[in-house]
Amino acid sequence: MNIFTTFKLAVRALWRNKVRTLLTMLGIVFGIGAVIAMVAGGQGAQASVKEVFDSLGTNVLVLSGGAQRTSGASGGAGSRQSLTWEDVAALRSGEIPTIKWVAPTMSTRTQVASEEANWNTSVTGTFAVWFQIRNWETTQGTVFDEDTGNSTAKIAVLGQTVATQLFANASPIGQAIRINGQPFEVVGVLATKGQGPRGDNDDIIIIPLKTYQQKLDKGLAKYLKGEVLISMTAEGQAEVTIAKVTAMMREKHKLDGADEDDFRIRNPAEFAQAQKDSTERIATLLAVVAAVSLLIGGIGVMNIMLVSVIERTREIGIRMAVGAKPFDVMTQFLVEALVLAAAGGLLGLALGYGAAYYMAGYFGWKLFFPAATAGIAFAVAGGVGVGFGLYPAIRASQLDPITALRYES
Amino acid sequence: MAPLIDMKGIQRTYVMGDNLVHALRGVDLTIEAGSSIAIMGTSGSGKSTMMNIMGCLDQPTKGTYKINGKNVSGMSKSELADIRGRMVGFVFQSFNLLSRTSALENVEMPLLYQGVSARERHKRAMAVLAQVSLEGREDHHPNQLSGGQQQRVAIARALVCDAPIIMADEPTGALDTQTSYEVMGILQGLMAQGKTLILVTHEPDIASYAGRVITLRDGLIIDDHTQAPIDAAAALARVTAEREEADRRMAANAEKAS
Repeated sequence: MNIFTTFKLAVRALWRNKVRTLLTMLGIVFGIGAVIAMVAGGQGAQASVKEVFDSLGTNVLVLSGGAQRTSGASGGAGSRQSLTWEDVAALRSGEIPTIKWVAPTMSTRTQVASEEANWNTSVTGTFAVWFQIRNWETTQGTVFDEDTGNSTAKIAVLGQTVATQLFANASPIGQAIRINGQPFEVVGVLATKGQGPRGDNDDIIIIPLKTYQQKLDKGLAKYLKGEVLISMTAEGQAEVTIAKVTAMMREKHKLDGADEDDFRIRNPAEFAQAQKDSTERIATLLAVVAAVSLLIGGIGVMNIMLVSVIERTREIGIRMAVGAKPFDVMTQFLVEALVLAAAGGLLGLALGYGAAYYMAGYFGWKLFFPAATAGIAFAVAGGVGVGFGLYPAIRASQLDPITALRYES
Repeated sequence: MAPLIDMKGIQRTYVMGDNLVHALRGVDLTIEAGSSIAIMGTSGSGKSTMMNIMGCLDQPTKGTYKINGKNVSGMSKSELADIRGRMVGFVFQSFNLLSRTSALENVEMPLLYQGVSARERHKRAMAVLAQVSLEGREDHHPNQLSGGQQQRVAIARALVCDAPIIMADEPTGALDTQTSYEVMGILQGLMAQGKTLILVTHEPDIASYAGRVITLRDGLIIDDHTQAPIDAAAALARVTAEREEADRRMAANAEKAS
C-alpha cells in the first residue's frame, strides 16, 4: 500500500476521535513545547551574552562613581561624583601593567539637527581609544585620531541610526550638524552593531572628550561626570586588574580600611556569564520537563493505540481477509501513531514558540527560532510516535484473521 | 488441467482448554473452476473451518491443500494474505463492511493491498458497484444502506480484485426472503463470468442454488452429490409475482370492506 494512502487513512482514523486524539497529543505537545522553549531560550541567552561582548568589547571593565547615600537612600551607581581627572591620569600612567587602554566617557541625551532633519540621541565625549576598546570601525569617513581626540575640535562620528535619521541616504561626511545648538562637522559613520542590552547601539554620536566638556558640559571640572572604560592586555586578567584598580582608587580617594568604596568596578563579562549560567539552569529544568512530558506523552500514545487496536479488531480482520499482509496492518497503525505524535509536535512547536517569545520579552533576549529547532521537534515527536507506536502496531499485525473477523466489539 | 481447489487428507485440530477439538478429520475434496458448490452441515460440523482453510485464512494441521495448483501448506502469513487477495473474494453473513466508510471506499479497499493506483482503484470500484446495481450509492455509508444493499457492496468488494473464487459464508443469513433471492441471483450471475462459487450454509433452500452439494458432519464429508441448480432469477420473479398478487388481493379486500 503506498505511503500517501496510508497517511490519509491514518488522518481519517484520528479525525474520527477528535477529542481523544487531542487529549492523547497533550503530553507530546508539552514535551515538544519545552524542547523548543529550551533550545530557543538557550540560544537567546547565548546571544545576549555575545551581544554584551560585541557591544562592549572583550576584556573591558567599567569604572564609575559610587552610590550617593542621602539619609540612607542609595542614589545608585554613578550618582556620586568621586572620580577625578587625576584618577584617569593615574590609570593611564602604566602603573598597572595589565591595563591596555583607558577611555573616560561622558554622555548625555540631547537634540541634534542637520539641514533637513533633527533627532534626539545619546552624545558621548571620549578619547580616540574608545573606538579600539569597543572594536568599532567606520563604514564611511574615519574616527578621530588620538591628537584630534584630545583637542577641542568640533567634529563628530555618527552611529548608523543617527546618520540615517539626519541624512537619510545621503553621505553625511563633511556635512554640518548641530548638537545642542553647536555646529559640528561629521567626519565618520560607524558600522552597524544592532540592538544592545541598553537598546539601539547605533543611536549614538561620539565627539572628542574636551569638546564635550566645553560645549555640552559646564566647562572643565575636577570630577568626571561619567564612566571610565578600562581595557586589559589579555583575557583572564579581570580579577587582578579589579584588585589593583580598587587599591589605586582607594589610595587616591584617601579611604581608610573601614570606609566603603566610593566607586564601582563592573565586569560586564561576569554579568553576562551570570546571566548565561542562570539561563542554562532554566534550560536544564526545561530539558527535564521535556523528557518527562515526552515519556508520559509516549505512554499515552501507546495506551491509546492499544485501545484502538482492540476496538478495531474486526476492521483488522476484514482488511486481512481481503489481502492485507501483517506488514500492511503494522504500517497502518505505526503511521497513525506517527501522525498523532507529529500533530502533537506541531502544536508543541506553536506552544514552544509562544513560550520562547514570552521568555525573550521577559528576560530581554533576542527571539531566536532557527529552522533547525522545528526539525529537532519533529524528529523527537516522530521518534516518540514510532517508539511507542511500534508495540501496538506489532500486536495488530499478529492478530489471527479468523479470530479478528469473529470479534464482537 | 488441475482442479482449482484440491484438498487431500485435510485435518484441523484446535486446542481448547484441555480438550483437543477435531474440526476436520481428514477431508478430500476437489472443485473444478467455474462450478458452484454448497457446503452444508449443522454448526460444529466443520464447514466454517473448511471454508477458512479453503480461503487461506487458516492452515490445515495435516494434509495438503493446493489452490490453483499451488501448495499453500507451510506458507507464511504474508504469502497467505497475498493468495487471499488475488484468488478469493469473501462474502460474509454479517457483511463485514467498514463502518463510517463509503461504499466506494469499502470496495476500493482490497485494491490498496494490491498496489493499484488511486485512479485505477476508483475506476474498477465504480465498475463493480455498477455490476451489483449500486450506481449512485457509492458515497453512502453502510448505515445508510439496506441489508441487501450492504451485501451487494460486500459482493462488489469480493469482485473488485477479479479473484476467480467467490466464497460466501451464509450470505443470506441476515436478509429477508426477497432480498435473499436478489443476492443469490447476483451470485449465480457471477458463474456466467466464469467465477467459482463456494457457498457455506445450513439452509437446504440456499444449497439448492448450487450445482453440487457436500454435507459435513463431525469433520467428515458424509454426502457429495450434484444437482440441477434452481435459477434464482426465476425464483425472484415468482416471489415478486406472488407478492404483487397478495398486494392486489389485500387492496381488493380493503375496497370491498369500505
